[in-house]
Amino acid sequence: MRKWRHARMREQAAGYLFILPNFAGYLVFVLAPILFSLYLVFVDWEYLKGFDGIRWVGLDNFRALGSDPKFVESLQNNLVFTVISVPGSMIVGLLLAVALNKYVYMRNALRTMIFLPYMSSLAAVSVIWSVMYNSGSGPINAFLRSVGIDHPPGWLSSPHSALYAIIIMSVWMTIGYTMIIYLAGLQGISKDLYEAADIDGASKPRQLLQVTVPMLTPTTFLILVTQLIWSFQVFAPVAIMTQGGPIDSTMVLSYHIYLEAFRFYKMGYAAAMSWVLFAIIFVVTIVQWQGQKRWQNHF
Amino acid sequence: MHTINEAATSRRASARRSPGLRAAGKAIVTVVLAAFAVLMILPFLWMLSTSFKINAEVFRYPIEWIPQNWHWENYRKVWTGPNAFSIYYLNSIKITGITVAGNLLTSAMAGFAFAKLRFKGREALFLLYLSTMMIPSQVLLLPRFILFDHMRLINTHWSLILPGMFTVFGTFLLRQFFSTLPGELLEAARVDGAGFWRMFWQIALPLTKPALVTLMIITFNWHWNEYEGPLIFLRDRHLFTIPLGLTTYVEEMGTNYVLSMAASVSSFIPLLIVVIVGQRWFVEGIANTGLKG
Repeated sequence: MRKWRHARMREQAAGYLFILPNFAGYLVFVLAPILFSLYLVFVDWEYLKGFDGIRWVGLDNFRALGSDPKFVESLQNNLVFTVISVPGSMIVGLLLAVALNKYVYMRNALRTMIFLPYMSSLAAVSVIWSVMYNSGSGPINAFLRSVGIDHPPGWLSSPHSALYAIIIMSVWMTIGYTMIIYLAGLQGISKDLYEAADIDGASKPRQLLQVTVPMLTPTTFLILVTQLIWSFQVFAPVAIMTQGGPIDSTMVLSYHIYLEAFRFYKMGYAAAMSWVLFAIIFVVTIVQWQGQKRWQNHF
Repeated sequence: MHTINEAATSRRASARRSPGLRAAGKAIVTVVLAAFAVLMILPFLWMLSTSFKINAEVFRYPIEWIPQNWHWENYRKVWTGPNAFSIYYLNSIKITGITVAGNLLTSAMAGFAFAKLRFKGREALFLLYLSTMMIPSQVLLLPRFILFDHMRLINTHWSLILPGMFTVFGTFLLRQFFSTLPGELLEAARVDGAGFWRMFWQIALPLTKPALVTLMIITFNWHWNEYEGPLIFLRDRHLFTIPLGLTTYVEEMGTNYVLSMAASVSSFIPLLIVVIVGQRWFVEGIANTGLKG
């Protein structure tokens, strides 16, 4: 009995020791910052004056959000970005995965090529596309003119097209990701289902819609939530290609937070916005979680 | 009755088309997909070909995919001088290497304890970890900046290395893998008198190699490509990582596009090697965790 208790004690001690390095780091670099940030949302801080510059303002930071045109614009742009880019890359990724799974030769080579943009760094990719988007004589507009479009879009230089230019690049980049996840999902579908559908005389497009797509629903939920979260946090392309311009047409939440915090040192206000971003991500995740549960109960 | 059967048979026959027809269909899909795949890598090909040109040739149309003269000196300019690319390489290798190794070790230890050791408060601690997993980096960067400002870590590599070494994500991922190991395995080791460290290091860890490789590749990709962190925490040019070094250089070069593209190609090479060598693991890792790299 005594020996047994001794062993339990040793296991306890080992448990704490194993967790210690990670937990210490977690306390300092994750938990403490989160708590401090929760405090920051209630203050106005003249950062350069140090801790003396802190003034308690209650909910003023959140009240200010409504009258900040840049914040409103950021939300709208994030929404447009998400609503177009997420379904766009999911549909293309699904079609590619279905084709790659069964109907092509040279599967690995094609997969690598399509996957390449996703592996590369956003910084390098943003640099390349900025030059290609050059409205005067870049290769994209040169091509458009050569096929008879006399007034191609101004891309990054025009407030009407800049956001869409970034969306196109993002879809191009994330197709590889959605394709890979869908490919993994497809391997899990039993061949019997397709044989049964064949015997029932279902055409291939009908099989795609009535066998493949429903069977892939868990995969779709997974991709949807990661893509949604990613698209609400988009930062590097905006910072590198447009800095939120022209005339705030590509201003997004993460970049607005960056400017307020690290250019203007309005720490309290920026912290408030960062928690709005968290709230959006939180709601999106909960909604998809509920949706997935309902779907699972349904079948 | 008879006719229904006949109809079913003919349908079945049409469904199982002849192998020749199927091969032809496959060939057509392959061609279409190959065209699409080429379109996908066209920006990279354009970058590569532009990097060998002179500025007067950059926007010539139709595009000259193969430069008339190969201007290797573009690369010499990028790789020599006061802001040579080699510095960014060394910085990125150092930061990514230490971060990934440190994260693997602390995550594996904590994950092992959460999965296999019984101690008071284990569930509560794990719940605490889980509850903070969804906090986006934008929330964390701001208070971390203030923290590092007071620790005098702004403008040092530690401001990037330290937070990356202790991640909730890594702990969670490895805990899930350790949980799948059968308990008898560790019991047997315990009966043989093995200490907890030996159980961890010599028995549990080797069995989770696939998970470790997955975590390694995903975190490598994160830290190697990270842009916002270096942008906020680093000031001096000689400390910059590859992505930040690249965009700073490009900004300076303005319309000198050939040098921008030579720098982009230079930033791209290590990733290309990783894709070619590690694609299988990377693909499996993403597919297993569903997480974005």
